[in-house]
Amino acid sequence: MSTGVEEILRVEGGQVLATLIRMTRDFELAEDAVQDAAIEALDRWADDLPANPGAWLTTVAKRKALDRIRKESRRVDKETEAVRLLDQGAATDDGGDDRLRLLFTCCHPALAPDAQVALTLRTIGGLTTPEIARAFLVSEPTMGQRISRAKKKIKVAAIPYRVPADQELPERLDAVLAVLYVIYTTGHHAPIGSARGRVDLEDEAIRLGRLLALLMPDEPEAHGLLGLMLATSARRPGRMAPDGSLVLLEDQDRTTWDADLVAEATAEVNSAMQARRVGSYSLQAAVALEHSSAPRYGATDWTRIADLYGLLATVDDSPIVAVNRSVALAKADGPAAGLAVLGGVNGVDGWHLYWAAKASFLEELGHGQDAIEALDLALDCPMNDDDRALLEDRRYRLAEPERR
Amino acid sequence: MPRYAALIYSDADTEGQGSPEDWQAIMDEYSAFGAEAGAAGVVLGGEALEDTDTATTIHVEGGKGGTITTTDGPFAETKEVLGGFYILHADDLDGAIEWAAKIPGAWHGRIEVRPLLEFEE
Repeated sequence: MSTGVEEILRVEGGQVLATLIRMTRDFELAEDAVQDAAIEALDRWADDLPANPGAWLTTVAKRKALDRIRKESRRVDKETEAVRLLDQGAATDDGGDDRLRLLFTCCHPALAPDAQVALTLRTIGGLTTPEIARAFLVSEPTMGQRISRAKKKIKVAAIPYRVPADQELPERLDAVLAVLYVIYTTGHHAPIGSARGRVDLEDEAIRLGRLLALLMPDEPEAHGLLGLMLATSARRPGRMAPDGSLVLLEDQDRTTWDADLVAEATAEVNSAMQARRVGSYSLQAAVALEHSSAPRYGATDWTRIADLYGLLATVDDSPIVAVNRSVALAKADGPAAGLAVLGGVNGVDGWHLYWAAKASFLEELGHGQDAIEALDLALDCPMNDDDRALLEDRRYRLAEPERR
Repeated sequence: MPRYAALIYSDADTEGQGSPEDWQAIMDEYSAFGAEAGAAGVVLGGEALEDTDTATTIHVEGGKGGTITTTDGPFAETKEVLGGFYILHADDLDGAIEWAAKIPGAWHGRIEVRPLLEFEE
């Protein structure tokens, strides 16, 4: 068994599976048929690799699907019906990409969000159920059930297999983008390389993002999301200290950052920002790129970042955006400017980063005691262990002079 | 072509409430929906149900032929009650959702869309 063949199977497999699902309208049957075809490929390709492996796999998988239908159907009319369906399915090829259709099916709003994520990774990403279960820290039976329930609903409720029409596209595309971003952020917040054999969801999301941007080149937000993921991942090598703790942006060694990813992100962001109405992912991408392309922390263009957050606030009126904008403004125009913006933000009392930002501004303005009180309020909020460690450290250093 | 049940739920608190004018306005909305869906050939059937205070729930204890227990009221005492249903014919779930969204109950309450279980002969 050569790894070359396995790699081809992985690369081509997603496309072949998507085509078989379109033809059979049956996830289980399509998966089984592609699996059968892959086994035959492993057997045959070692000596004789076909010129077009994808077409070979599709043809063999279609034959395998028919074999399975014949074996399972006891009555002739049922088999004839299945064969007719399969031919009809083959005829519905309108030249569009089957993976794109499948992506919209997997991210259909009639499926629960966690099922959308799991099914996308399973069918488009080609991950196994145990891999997905590990990535999301749930048991294998739970994940298996989640995926099979979703497949069953697609079949029984007849969730369609197509790219939505123009009038429904914006909403449906948002759902697809949200699924990819959930996959990305789950990977981003997971400890890197912890459990052995754990798949890298960050890479997986980028792979899916590249596919989406390739298949929907006219959708600015597809480029925006890809740009956001690339610009963020470019900094990954500097994100973690050897002891596994997080390194703050200002302390990261920028020579470790991935220049190729920054270049790719730049191209995506540029194309996303051409849109008449620039979307939320595109603006977040532009912010991330400002950070990733600044040669030194001191060279960060905070005025531009504050402007981008200002634009973002017009499409996403969330307190999180407002707090981020206050931080950028404080860097550009001083802590008083940041504090002034924070004064107008509501509904963030339970968010630790709001209090952390406030503490920074107060500290810079020389109000040490007020800053400590803000940090105490921050530490009362829920947060992950990394953030807690950083905040406790800050609180300790702020309080230290008093002890002397 | 799949068939779907569009189950019309409304708020239990407002069941049987409302002035005759309100009632008439809702009936007019249903007539309009019936005309539109009828012309499109989407509706295969459907009925409105009397209020849930007329409902009786039946359960047979101990399998077939067992003791029949009847309980006053609907099966599930929930905030939302089933008020009626349509049987819709649609190409796929998107088609069913499109029509379900035109049923007045979609804005007065909620519509649950469920595929019918198609038995093979």
